[in-house]
Amino acid sequence: MAFGPYLLLATLEGLVTAAVLSLTALGLSLVFGVMRIVNVAHGEFFMLGAVLAWFFSTLVTGHPALGFLLALVLSPLVVGAVALVSERLVLRRLDYNPEATIVATIGLLYIIQQIVLTVYGPEARPVVAPFDVRIALPWFGYSGYKLAVIAASVLVIAATWFLLTKTRIGLVMRATQYDRETAQNFGIPVDRVYAGVFALGAALAAIAAVLVVPIQQAHYLMGLDPLLLSFIVVIIGGLGSLRGTVVAALLIGLSDGIISVFFSPTLAKMIATLLVAMVLVFRPQGLFGTAAR
Amino acid sequence: MADKTAMRSLLLHVAVIGVLLALNFVLPEYHRGVFSRILVLAVFAMGYNLLFGYCGLLSLGHAMFFAAGLYGAGLTVYHLDWGVAAGFAAGIMAGATLALAIGLLALRTTGVAFMIVTLMFSQVFYLTTLYFTTWTRGEEGLVLRQDVRQLGLGGVSLDLSDPATRYFVALALFAVVLFATLAIARAPLGRVLVAIRENEERTRMLGYDVFANKLAAVVLSGLFCAAAGAAYALLFGYVGSSFAAIQYSILPLLWVLLGGAATTLGPLVGTLFMFYVIDIASGFTSAYMLVVGVALIVLVLFFPRGIVGAIRERWLPWLP
Repeated sequence: MAFGPYLLLATLEGLVTAAVLSLTALGLSLVFGVMRIVNVAHGEFFMLGAVLAWFFSTLVTGHPALGFLLALVLSPLVVGAVALVSERLVLRRLDYNPEATIVATIGLLYIIQQIVLTVYGPEARPVVAPFDVRIALPWFGYSGYKLAVIAASVLVIAATWFLLTKTRIGLVMRATQYDRETAQNFGIPVDRVYAGVFALGAALAAIAAVLVVPIQQAHYLMGLDPLLLSFIVVIIGGLGSLRGTVVAALLIGLSDGIISVFFSPTLAKMIATLLVAMVLVFRPQGLFGTAAR
Repeated sequence: MADKTAMRSLLLHVAVIGVLLALNFVLPEYHRGVFSRILVLAVFAMGYNLLFGYCGLLSLGHAMFFAAGLYGAGLTVYHLDWGVAAGFAAGIMAGATLALAIGLLALRTTGVAFMIVTLMFSQVFYLTTLYFTTWTRGEEGLVLRQDVRQLGLGGVSLDLSDPATRYFVALALFAVVLFATLAIARAPLGRVLVAIRENEERTRMLGYDVFANKLAAVVLSGLFCAAAGAAYALLFGYVGSSFAAIQYSILPLLWVLLGGAATTLGPLVGTLFMFYVIDIASGFTSAYMLVVGVALIVLVLFFPRGIVGAIRERWLPWLP
């Protein structure tokens, strides 16, 4: 095969990675932006979403699309509820102290991982894609489902953008992000906004996970990579900036796809991680973010 | 008064070493092995404590310093046929050099960014050990044979794989690092580090070079952790990339928090406690990660100062 097909394949794979990644990172970025905390358990919410997707899809017999749709609706709801409970029980009592929160979410990470390992087991399990169409491209056929993943994540990102910029809920969230104390003075229930944002962030990760399980199997250790990549994306994009997050996810997804087609995936990850660490060292506000007030 | 306090805490530390020495003769074989491991890992925790407890810098990447010591010693002994002493020195040098480089870069950031940057550098180190599988054998790791783990000491050859020798060497390293930590905590450097932790701006305004002091803390911390790593490789004869994984960055944080940050004996207490909690818990259930997770959350919620920290707060305010 010539260079062209490889590049097209790499670009498509990169776009799929970017689509899933931008949803996951968006959740992390929202939580960081509004609440000013780093949620280390974010990857486990992703993993939980994937495992629950497998569970819900096995409940339904018949056409695979039914089970998938059920998972797409229920899995983010359940994950959001788990996040809500852990926020109320733990994070709120820590008063959102950044360092204590990191330690607590590391604890949460282990707890979720262990529970899934005990209940679900160490196997990787696939979910059948809701439809199986191959779309003919000039050199090869490409999975129609993967293209649908890209479309779906564009839709969800657009919906999140609409929620943030055009609705009252979004206004309240942005006000809390801008200045917590002033927002509270204006009668915004900051406490409830935090709970909602934490649940929303986890639910976004779960949606991304449901979309990804037909491509990548559900496994109890699958949360670490999305967590690290989301960190990378959120940092490059500038913490708490929606546009930056999406652009950075595209950048990382595409370069990851292209580098791993031509080089070893380990080397690709090494280079990407090192580059991002350097960005954070020399430009802490990210490539698109503005300096913290 | 100050002299009396200093004397008292010195005596306490000597007594702790004495008890640990005596334990070698009374502990059953299995627990003696566990204790040698705990002593080496407590050195790792003490290195972590120097930076996190005293200087207030939360690193999520200390596995790379431990692993630098581990590989610095393991690779030179395995591939270059270096002696044990030379390998140990190579491990320490590798860790200190890495810590200097990482410190120069990572200390440009603060707070959350510092945690994430150290996490990422450590991840790069981990991936590097996987990438050079030809030399490191990745997750599978290298096993150092018994005949290369001989320490020549003035004509006498010590077999580091012998349980008693292993225990004494681990205890010797532990004692050196314990008293070094005590000395640092009392020295001007330790005081400045605590001042930086409490109020960085004010310390800078008083004329202290904050960056240089922090860098010193990172290098010393990296050096202690590398010493633990090098000792681990030589005493237990196994070098694998799982020691560079993210889990080994979180464990020292857990041990230090459990035992008590910024206390000299906290890291030992925390490591000991956690090891035996997992040991006992795994007798009942294989779900030991659950124990770790719950322990972390309970700790930050109810005992933010750890075991030794709580004892100091309630009963023994002179505890270093």
